Amino acid sequence: MDNVMLARSLFGSSMAFHIIFATLGVGIPFMIVIAEILYQVKKDKDYATLAKRWTKGLAILLGVAIPSGTLVGVMLSLLWPGFMEIVGQVIALPFQIEIWAFFLEALFMSIYVYAADRLPPTLRILSVIFVAIGSSMSAVLITDAHAWMNTPSGFRMENGRVFDVHPWAAVFNPSLPTTAMHVLLSAYMTGAFAVASVAAYKLLKRGSSERERSYHQKSLFLGLLIGGIISLMTALSGHETAQMLHEHQPEKLAAAEGLFETQAYAPLAIGGVSDKETRSIKGAIEIPWALSFLAGNRFDTVVKGLNDFPEDQWPPLIIHTLFNVMVGIGTLLILASAFTIGLRLLTKRPYPRWLLAGPLSMIGIETGWVFSCTGRQPWTIYHMQTTASAATKAQHLGSLFVLFLGLYVFLLIVTAVVMYYYFKRHPVTFDGVEGVNGEGRSL
Amino acid sequence: MSDTQLAITILWCFIFIYSIAGSIDFGAGFWSMVFSRRNPHAADIANRFLSPSWEVTNVFLVLLVVALVGFFPRAAYVLGTLLLVPVSLVLVLLLFRSAFIVYSYSVQKHELALRIVSGVTGLLIPGLLVSVLPISLGGFIHMSQGFPQLEFGKLLTSATLYAHVGFGILTELFLSALFLSDYGREAGDEQVSQHYRSIAVVLGPLALAMAVLATFTMVPEALWIVARMQEQSLWFLLSVVAFAIGYDALWIRRKNGRKGWLRLSVVAVILQFALASYAYGRAHMPYIVHPDLTVEAGFTNHSMFVSLLWGYGFGTVILLPAFILFWWLFLKDKRYLRTK
Repeated sequence: MDNVMLARSLFGSSMAFHIIFATLGVGIPFMIVIAEILYQVKKDKDYATLAKRWTKGLAILLGVAIPSGTLVGVMLSLLWPGFMEIVGQVIALPFQIEIWAFFLEALFMSIYVYAADRLPPTLRILSVIFVAIGSSMSAVLITDAHAWMNTPSGFRMENGRVFDVHPWAAVFNPSLPTTAMHVLLSAYMTGAFAVASVAAYKLLKRGSSERERSYHQKSLFLGLLIGGIISLMTALSGHETAQMLHEHQPEKLAAAEGLFETQAYAPLAIGGVSDKETRSIKGAIEIPWALSFLAGNRFDTVVKGLNDFPEDQWPPLIIHTLFNVMVGIGTLLILASAFTIGLRLLTKRPYPRWLLAGPLSMIGIETGWVFSCTGRQPWTIYHMQTTASAATKAQHLGSLFVLFLGLYVFLLIVTAVVMYYYFKRHPVTFDGVEGVNGEGRSL
Repeated sequence: MSDTQLAITILWCFIFIYSIAGSIDFGAGFWSMVFSRRNPHAADIANRFLSPSWEVTNVFLVLLVVALVGFFPRAAYVLGTLLLVPVSLVLVLLLFRSAFIVYSYSVQKHELALRIVSGVTGLLIPGLLVSVLPISLGGFIHMSQGFPQLEFGKLLTSATLYAHVGFGILTELFLSALFLSDYGREAGDEQVSQHYRSIAVVLGPLALAMAVLATFTMVPEALWIVARMQEQSLWFLLSVVAFAIGYDALWIRRKNGRKGWLRLSVVAVILQFALASYAYGRAHMPYIVHPDLTVEAGFTNHSMFVSLLWGYGFGTVILLPAFILFWWLFLKDKRYLRTK
């Protein structure tokens, strides 16, 4: 592998690792806020217990999310110095504001975990709301930098130098609203389905008491309901994102949909493989006119095909498959949660078979992110800077790649083991809720 | 004050805050490991400080990097290339440390093993971070194909690297012991307080001696800074005075018969750090990396700089109440400090 490929592999695997924890770090606080509010409204202590146990899980996840976030942040400068040189001059603001969001989250997370029993209820709920706001803001601001890479604005490049910088124009770049909304919603969806999966897993076990079952059913229902609603919203925002691509990154949309010929009444290709040689898609189910409608809300919308672009600027064609996986999972999740909730309302018996919803949405997140970044290739900053010119010229990337990859695998396993043993050792108890940190030991 | 001077001053403030907060944080982790069996009370005090604060301290590290990239994007370019390996190692250790701190409180079974990992990594991180200093002074960099590369062989065999690493580790341990001594007294545990006080008594002079040693082991290419530092001798002298006050305060008897005016000691030693690092920074100016990279050459454009200033100003004002609440809840509130 050459240096650019090594830098991409190292950074890609670091992001793939971090994104698991980061997504849950945004999604779970959202669920905790909902549980805390439900506790105050319904006065049902089970919701306080849920909030408490989710917080404990979140604390373990944040132990990895925070340093791995630090890691990718610093790694940006180490692996993409050419990119960061432009970032620093044009789009430094979201990174800087993100620091304050990060502070907000870290300060109130500690307050919520370690000082909950010393705070009045309003301040306690307020502190967990601040945690959720902080983590959501972080997600939006980092996504802003990503959105700017796709639709760069607020500056002019001449001979590799930056001119006419308008920092706020860069912040409010055209793809920010759609992309940020999509990232935020999919993170909430993943958080909801993650807790639903855990509850479903618990319900599968035999021999648990009626009391425990009712507790887990509340968690499952809450997770499925919220996850279901938000997955629908995620799909709608995904549709907006596709229309944004149609306008701002047509070759990405073309590669995602496997479209070679520019045309009106363009068909939507599901599945299949894009073939570079024959410039056609093979083995796909094609729905006539559908792509044109999706791209512009009219069947006669002209959708640009890959043939209109020089071949050396094509994104890798594999993104068609990534795109299909992402959309497929999203659709599946909407149907699964609607079906399960419908079944529960009709028969009063939830089917806990959908415990895969959490892992599935995580796969959806990962493919969606790989799709978005791979689909931008060969550019780091769309039509401004190539990935090759952004990458570091430093040596030793190969050994670092192996080192970090090993570390990520190790930490994934250890984190899973720690979570498993912690919750096994601390089963749900129903004798009163004493503060969030009522389990005897400090974190 | 020019834009660049203002920018480097703000960056200096962040580095200073992180060097204090980071030292106390990493040091507390180390002491909690060392005393987990032999002196559980001492380990407990260290943990009580560490649990709520490590996340916040970690954010300051990110703040440092973000401020560097924002204010000095071209410096980030050179430093990113040069520091790939040492900083990557810091990141590996950091990931290990934070993860294992959290694990060790969640799983009682292998608590000791988990704590050892978090303690030892916490010792290594400041050592590695301080190794950035000798690199920035020059002498370990050569240009290859127009790009700066770090000469590892030369760096790893140089005495100055180890003097710097030793200096980093000793100051970390000294500062954290001193802080925990004061924190222990605030928590009403005089035994623990005296325990950490006696550690600080031993480590203080050693840290100071190591700083002097680091200066006099500089490689020939870095001797320019020794000469420059002599021009700042007034500031260094003041810093030594501050140290003397802080160190002597460890023996002042308070009205209630307790040994050591610890609060004064902590404040004086932090002041010493501020004075010494300010003097060092002045001597280092205008170079970020000697001799190729100056603050002027690394600076961003004016409009970005103005936006960043507004951002930092606003952010600080908005978050100040949260920091005060945090400080009160975990450093002041007796209900937290005195729970057994």
